[in-house]
Amino acid sequence: MSEPKDNAVAADRAMVPYWEAARAGRLLLRRCSTCSELHYYPRPLCPFCLSSEGEWVEASGEGVIYSWSVERRANPPYAIAFVTLREGPTLMSNIVDCDLDGLAVGQAVHLQFEEREGQPVPVFRPS
Amino acid sequence: MTIKGKAYIAGIFEHSTRKAEGIPLSQLHAEVAKGALDDAGLTVADVDGYFCAGDAPGLGGFSMAEYMGLRVRQTDCTETGGSSYIAHLNHAAQAIATGKIKVALITLAGKPRTGGAPPGRPPMAVIPPDAPFELPFKPTVLNLYAMCARRHMHEFGTTSEQLAWIKVAASHHAQHNPHAMLRDVVTVDEVVNSPIVADPLHRLDCCVVSDGGGALVVVAPEIAAQLRRPKVRILGAGEAIKHTNGGEMDITWSGAVWSGAKAFEEAGVRPADIKYVSVYDSFTITVLMQLEDLGFCAKGEGGRFVADGNLISGVGKLPFNTDGGGLCNNHPGNRGGMTKVLEAVRQLRGEAHPAVQVKNCDLALAHGTGGYLPTRHGSATVILERA
Repeated sequence: MSEPKDNAVAADRAMVPYWEAARAGRLLLRRCSTCSELHYYPRPLCPFCLSSEGEWVEASGEGVIYSWSVERRANPPYAIAFVTLREGPTLMSNIVDCDLDGLAVGQAVHLQFEEREGQPVPVFRPS
Repeated sequence: MTIKGKAYIAGIFEHSTRKAEGIPLSQLHAEVAKGALDDAGLTVADVDGYFCAGDAPGLGGFSMAEYMGLRVRQTDCTETGGSSYIAHLNHAAQAIATGKIKVALITLAGKPRTGGAPPGRPPMAVIPPDAPFELPFKPTVLNLYAMCARRHMHEFGTTSEQLAWIKVAASHHAQHNPHAMLRDVVTVDEVVNSPIVADPLHRLDCCVVSDGGGALVVVAPEIAAQLRRPKVRILGAGEAIKHTNGGEMDITWSGAVWSGAKAFEEAGVRPADIKYVSVYDSFTITVLMQLEDLGFCAKGEGGRFVADGNLISGVGKLPFNTDGGGLCNNHPGNRGGMTKVLEAVRQLRGEAHPAVQVKNCDLALAHGTGGYLPTRHGSATVILERA
C-alpha cells in the first residue's frame, strides 16, 4: 500500500475538529443525530443513513483487542490490530509499548497519540 | 431476467510464463486474448465486447482495444481487484443475455516480478477517505489477512495445522502442473514450521508472486452451437462489496456470504451439488473463510472441513484448485480471479490433468475475493455447468 501523496487531512474541512482534538490527545467519534448510530472513521455524512446532521463524541480511550498481528518481516517488527472501543466502533491501530509475543484477543488496551509524519494518530498500549 | 443458460464460456487461455522478462503488459494481454480466441475457434473480428480491470495499461480498455485492433460495442472496466474477472464474466453474460453483444473477451495480465505499471493507477491517484485512518498503522496484505485468521482462530478454535492442510492440498495438485512455480508436495509440519511472516500466518500460508495472465471468451448460445470445443454454460453469478461498516465489524466472514447466495439462487443448485470448486487462495485463511461463506460447511467448521486432505482431488469430498492455485501454481498480477475460472472450465471440459481430473465433473463453482479481506473487498461467484 502506498502513502497518499497530497495532504488529504488539510483538504477536508469537515474533519478539522477531529484533527484539532487529536492534536490535544482526544479521539473523536461521530454520532448521527438522525439515526443515533455511532461511527468511525468519522464522516460528515452518516454511513448508516447519509444524514448530514451529527455530533462529535469523545472516546473514553478504553478498548479491547479485536484482532492483531505482528509484521515479523519489518525492521523492527510492529503490532497492528483492530481495537474495539468501549463505545462500540472497531478501528485499525497499532499496539505500542508492548511485548510483541504477549498480545491476545480480548486484551484491554488504552489510547494514546503518536505523531507520525506530522499527523497525530491514535495508538494503544496494554492497560 | 436471469443469465442462467444465456451465455457460454467458449475459449480459455492461461499464459505459461511466470516471469515475463522483457515482455510488456500490453503484449501479455494480447497473447492471452489470441490464445483464448484460438481455443474457441473465433477471431478478433468476432469480438464485440471487451472486459478488463485496472491491470490493463491505459485508460479503461482504450489502449488495449487499440493495441489488439478490437471494434467493440460494449466495454466494462469494473475494478474489484482479484475478483474483477469473475465480475466481468457476470457482466459479459448480462450483456449477452440482453442481446447487446455476442462475443465477449476478458483479459488479465500482470508483472509483479518484473515491473510494469502497478494496477489501478487512475482510481488510486485520488486518496481514498479511509487512508488517513489506516495507512499510518502500516497495514500490509499479509498482516490484514493475518488478522482475519487470528480472529477466526479465537472465535472458532481454528488451528494453524488445519490452515496448513489447504496448502498441502494445493501442493498435491501442483505436482502435476509443469508450469506451477511450487511443485514439491509439502506436509502440514513443513507449513507450520515455515517462518511466521505475520502472526499467525506462516510463509507457506501465502500464495506465490508471479507474472502471467489469462483470458476468457464468452459467447451467445447461437455462437456456442457453431463451435467444436466442449461447452461450458453459465448458470448463475453474484457479486458483493464488504467493508468496515462504520466500525461495526466482523472479520470472520467475507462478501462470499452474499455473492455466493445470489449465485446459488440464480443457478438453482446447492453447495452439495458442486463437484469441483475454484476458490481464491491468496492465503490459506482466504480459502477457509470462503468455503464456509459459500455454504460448503457451517461457519466455524472450516478448519475441520479442510483437514485430512478433504480438498485433494481423488482423496477428499471437495476437490479445489486442481491447477495448484495461487498457493502453488501462479497468481498473475496478484490477481487470482481469472485463473480460478480457467481451471473450473478445464475441469468441466474434462481437460484438467488426468491425475487431478474430477470424475463426472458437470457442475463447478469459481469464486474470487479482491482487495483486503478485513477492511474492504469485492466478492464474485460464478456457477458453471458442462453443457
